[in-house]
Amino acid sequence: MKRFQLIEHTADTGLVAYGSSLAEAFANAAYGLFSIITELNKVREVESRSVAVSAGDAESLLFEWLNHLIYIFDVEHLLLKRFDITEFTGHNLKATCRGETYNPSRHHLKLGVKSATYHMLKVDGEKNRVQVIFDV
Amino acid sequence: MDDYRWRIPKSYKTGMRVDGLMFSSKEMLNEILEEQALEQVANVAFLPGIMGYSLAMPDIHWGYGFPIGGVAAMRISDGVVSPGGVGFDINCGVRLLRTNLLESEVRPRIKELVDALYKSVPSGLGSKGKIRLRHQEIDEVLVKGPRWAVEKGYGRPDDLETTEEGGEMAGADPACVSRKAKERGTPQLGTLGSGNHFLEVAVIDQIHDKTIAKGMGIDQIGQVILLVHCGSRGLGHQIAGDYIGQMVTAMKKYNLDLPDRQLACAPIGSREGQDYLAAMRCAANYAWANRQCIAHWVRESFCQVMGRREKDAGLELIYDVAHNIAKIEKHQVDGKQEKLCVHRKGATRAFPAGHPDIPRKYASIGQPVFIPGDMGRFSYILVGTEQAMKESFGSTCHGAGRVKSRAAAKRQLRGEEVLKDLESRGITIRADSLKNIAEEAPQAYKDVSTVVDVAHNAGISRIIARTRPIGVIKG
Repeated sequence: MKRFQLIEHTADTGLVAYGSSLAEAFANAAYGLFSIITELNKVREVESRSVAVSAGDAESLLFEWLNHLIYIFDVEHLLLKRFDITEFTGHNLKATCRGETYNPSRHHLKLGVKSATYHMLKVDGEKNRVQVIFDV
Repeated sequence: MDDYRWRIPKSYKTGMRVDGLMFSSKEMLNEILEEQALEQVANVAFLPGIMGYSLAMPDIHWGYGFPIGGVAAMRISDGVVSPGGVGFDINCGVRLLRTNLLESEVRPRIKELVDALYKSVPSGLGSKGKIRLRHQEIDEVLVKGPRWAVEKGYGRPDDLETTEEGGEMAGADPACVSRKAKERGTPQLGTLGSGNHFLEVAVIDQIHDKTIAKGMGIDQIGQVILLVHCGSRGLGHQIAGDYIGQMVTAMKKYNLDLPDRQLACAPIGSREGQDYLAAMRCAANYAWANRQCIAHWVRESFCQVMGRREKDAGLELIYDVAHNIAKIEKHQVDGKQEKLCVHRKGATRAFPAGHPDIPRKYASIGQPVFIPGDMGRFSYILVGTEQAMKESFGSTCHGAGRVKSRAAAKRQLRGEEVLKDLESRGITIRADSLKNIAEEAPQAYKDVSTVVDVAHNAGISRIIARTRPIGVIKG
């Protein structure tokens, strides 16, 4: 099954992510985010970070989750590729995220992502599908 | 309404509190209609306390919630402030330095100059800043802006006078800025960033008004100038995200219901509204400090490569303008003076001669406005006008706007060819990667001349000079 699909717009980039559960769709959205930033096949799973986010509803949870990952990348230069979601309710998400610190000799950074946005943001709990547009 | 003004009546969508007004030409209107930008202008008109019109500058294009090139002024007493109306890159803006040198002197060393600039100004994704802030020194930067930088030896005291707001917006409170935002901002001070941010060595190509140009230190055709375009980096992005998140929650409390969550807002007088404004001002001051540090290294590199002392090279700061910001300003609305919160997202302040908020040295000519184009074509120097005060809350356009997505540009254009084409036209480029050059190719952008012509013909700013690039560093 396809994990995610990019959405292209004149000035911006977004994605639709899928899963067999909503938690998996959230994990695939994170995978999609980092595949916009870099070529993930060159990233190894050698470091891990625990992440916990909470929000008022599922839409806000997606916004907070992706923005937290953008923050981790911006501060630690950590490229993440595996997202094991250990707890997921519509309001809370806990995950172990694995990846590797950016190394200019081996990794190519493709695009900077400033933030996830609420614009056209969708969480479909029935189809386990989420959509988000990034400010790049 | 006329050749350059198009109205979206309130009746277009139930819930609009005011009409929309777009400054555009007939030709450009078709492009705007193809996108959803017009819908977005209409959606902004839903926001409580909006006065006059929901405005679209000539470079209007599709944004998130708010269109890019949007201006919305809300009455303080009953209006809202919206972080999406400022954007993620708070105080993204343009700084322009003049020099005493001519193209004939600089061109023989342009490659060397571009290389020196590329080395001295950290740019691109994953780049590291050169400035090491002491513990909590970031708070000082957030309050003092470029004054902090000048005190540390980056630039000249005079620079502060020719920076919008003196580079130091009052009411900036670091306590309203999250730890995450400070963590992002601390190592990134003095970095250009990536995307459409750039440094440019340019040449004055046309002068439309000699007297006003002279008032800014623009003396002749062929004179070399230097442009810096960047913003508040991760600090601003984090602040915007933090407060959009908070306001989405707060909207329920304030019974606000809007067509798009990205329009999230809170009453200006509320705790959320006041905290956002205090944090946004911190990001604005940080961005001015960022451009101040970068301008310092630009001066150093320029003097070193050109073998000049700084006082011989000129290198005075003409002005530094913000194009993503919200400000409390006084404007006339229906013959009454009102205190408003003016959101400019992808729009530049354009105050006229005599306005108390512009530098004394420009009192008789009006506030300088810089509209950068793409890396192959022209950029423009304009001034603010009375007409802008009457019609656009003292605002004008900010740039060209994309016509091709990054992916489409990469598919259709090859970086090597874009580079070769620009070199054949006498423009030296340095960028992180060839892909970035393809993404930022001139063909991916609208011709800024058409945008500036509308702003000029509509009267919301006036063209003073045109510049063309000879060297560009892309972040």
